[in-house]
Amino acid sequence: MDKISPLAETQAINLESNFQGKKRWLMTSAADNGFRQLTKILAILLLGLVITLLISMIYSSRLSISQFGFSFVFSSTWDPVKEVFGALPFIYGTLVSSLIALAFAVPISLGVAVFLTEQCPIKLRPVILTLVELLAAIPSVAYGLWGIFVLVPFMREVVNPVLGKTLGFLPLFQGPAYGIGLLTSGLILAVMIVPITTAISVSSLTAVDPTQREAALALGATRWEATQIMLLNARSGILGGVILGLGRALGETMAVTMVIGNRPEIAASLLAPAYTMASVIANEFAEATYDLYLHALIEIGVLLFILTFIVQGLAQLLIRQITKGTKSNA
Amino acid sequence: MRKFIDKLVFGLCSLSTVLVLGILFLILIYILLNGITSVNLDFFTQLPKPVGEEGGGMANAILGSAIMVVIATIISVPVSLAAAIYLAEFGRGKIAVITRFMVDVLAGVPSIVIGIFIYTIVVLPMQRFSAIAGALALAMIMVPTLVRATEEAIRLVPQTVKEAGLALGAPYWRVIIEIVLVSAHKAIISGILLAIARVAGETAPLLFTALGNRFFVKVLDRPIASLPVQIYTYAVSPYDDWHRQAWAATFLLVMFVLLINLSVRYVTRNKSS
Repeated sequence: MDKISPLAETQAINLESNFQGKKRWLMTSAADNGFRQLTKILAILLLGLVITLLISMIYSSRLSISQFGFSFVFSSTWDPVKEVFGALPFIYGTLVSSLIALAFAVPISLGVAVFLTEQCPIKLRPVILTLVELLAAIPSVAYGLWGIFVLVPFMREVVNPVLGKTLGFLPLFQGPAYGIGLLTSGLILAVMIVPITTAISVSSLTAVDPTQREAALALGATRWEATQIMLLNARSGILGGVILGLGRALGETMAVTMVIGNRPEIAASLLAPAYTMASVIANEFAEATYDLYLHALIEIGVLLFILTFIVQGLAQLLIRQITKGTKSNA
Repeated sequence: MRKFIDKLVFGLCSLSTVLVLGILFLILIYILLNGITSVNLDFFTQLPKPVGEEGGGMANAILGSAIMVVIATIISVPVSLAAAIYLAEFGRGKIAVITRFMVDVLAGVPSIVIGIFIYTIVVLPMQRFSAIAGALALAMIMVPTLVRATEEAIRLVPQTVKEAGLALGAPYWRVIIEIVLVSAHKAIISGILLAIARVAGETAPLLFTALGNRFFVKVLDRPIASLPVQIYTYAVSPYDDWHRQAWAATFLLVMFVLLINLSVRYVTRNKSS
């Protein structure tokens, strides 16, 4: 505040000398209107951009849409040589790798969030939160490189053989140990979405009225029982954070492309190579040699857009509802 | 029993925090160690050598990334500032609600979808991959981050400061540009820097807009190299020397991104306390 006021004062004095007389005032009110309209036009431009995005992409995938129709989504054949395209293996790969990511990221994020809000000394809290959020700043391609040269060999030499020995009777963990595959990409995705779900869980937990915790403790509850009350109160915000993380995982491209194995097949095993919607676009787009191939890839882009649109919309709705809800509770 | 469960749960919570921090350090240490041993002067000054030959560098990719990020910033900042001013100062009707929603939607669009969009509206009509297409894709990714950061910064400027300006007879548009934006400049610049840090590492939208190039580029309507795309190409290649250079490039990129993130956080924390 004290920093701003003197600055504003000098600015205002400069302005005063520039604007004197009635005519000037009339002109500036026209200028005001123009300025307002200009900002409005640019805001509307952004709105138009999203609509153009959808229309342009649908137009550029028209060949594939008209040839395959709805069967595009349900067919599992992807054969550029025979000019047959179906997106099911990619939809499967995208969904399964994202769900694996959630399975790991959600409990860990909640653990970190509870640690930060209930256990951690207040002074240490921003430091740890900053470190966790740094995970979100690391570029996707850096995760991919780390995945190829560190995580994949580790999965191949250690994790996959162990899983094969202990849980190998389940079809989920059978097959040769390539190191690459659904499980590996799910793990990388988990690391990438932990900062998002953690940050939103922490802010939802801190938005809960602390008297809730105190009341529970006063009634003789243990810290964990009191924390359960807090988690219950923050549930919609936390859910929003989880869905936001899911949205990020669905659209993640580079890191997944580098470790998933890029094979358009639906296999029962999580250790088998697979393919995601984003990865097939990244890999094959520049090589699409004929129009139908290109249009099929763009149609996968349209599907990915619709999927993330729904997921993000849901997350925004939940997060907003939660902040409103906690305000009225308090 | 209740005490035991209590201890168990909080033990697990501490454990997961240690795990997450451990993974962060593991990733950073690998990039640091592999990067430092791989970086040399050639990396910054030389062009890539033909396939199979040792040595060479990524001078063209470093320059290409810088060019595209600068153009993307020049395009996205004015648009985002205007939209943010509209949302923060004027926007109360339906248009504002829808625009805000669209900005949120845009923020959630996977970057590879933005790449396809730019491909359909820029690359297809131009009939070639180009630096300008890559820059436009990056600009579109920057916009939502910038609009949100700027709108928030503008809203934090006290109403009394605006009123003081208006009371002195200044028109609204000058109050906004010369008082509100100037007062909020720290937060706005932080937002711009964070957006730059984010797009500097974007790979997916550049794959089929900027494509890549093994040489320096003199005009903007040709394919251009970029650091992230080069990392990807080298990482999935079978050559050891290319792997070494991929680590070096990742080291450079991650240091740049972390430096911006940490310094922005440091500056904003000082301001708020």
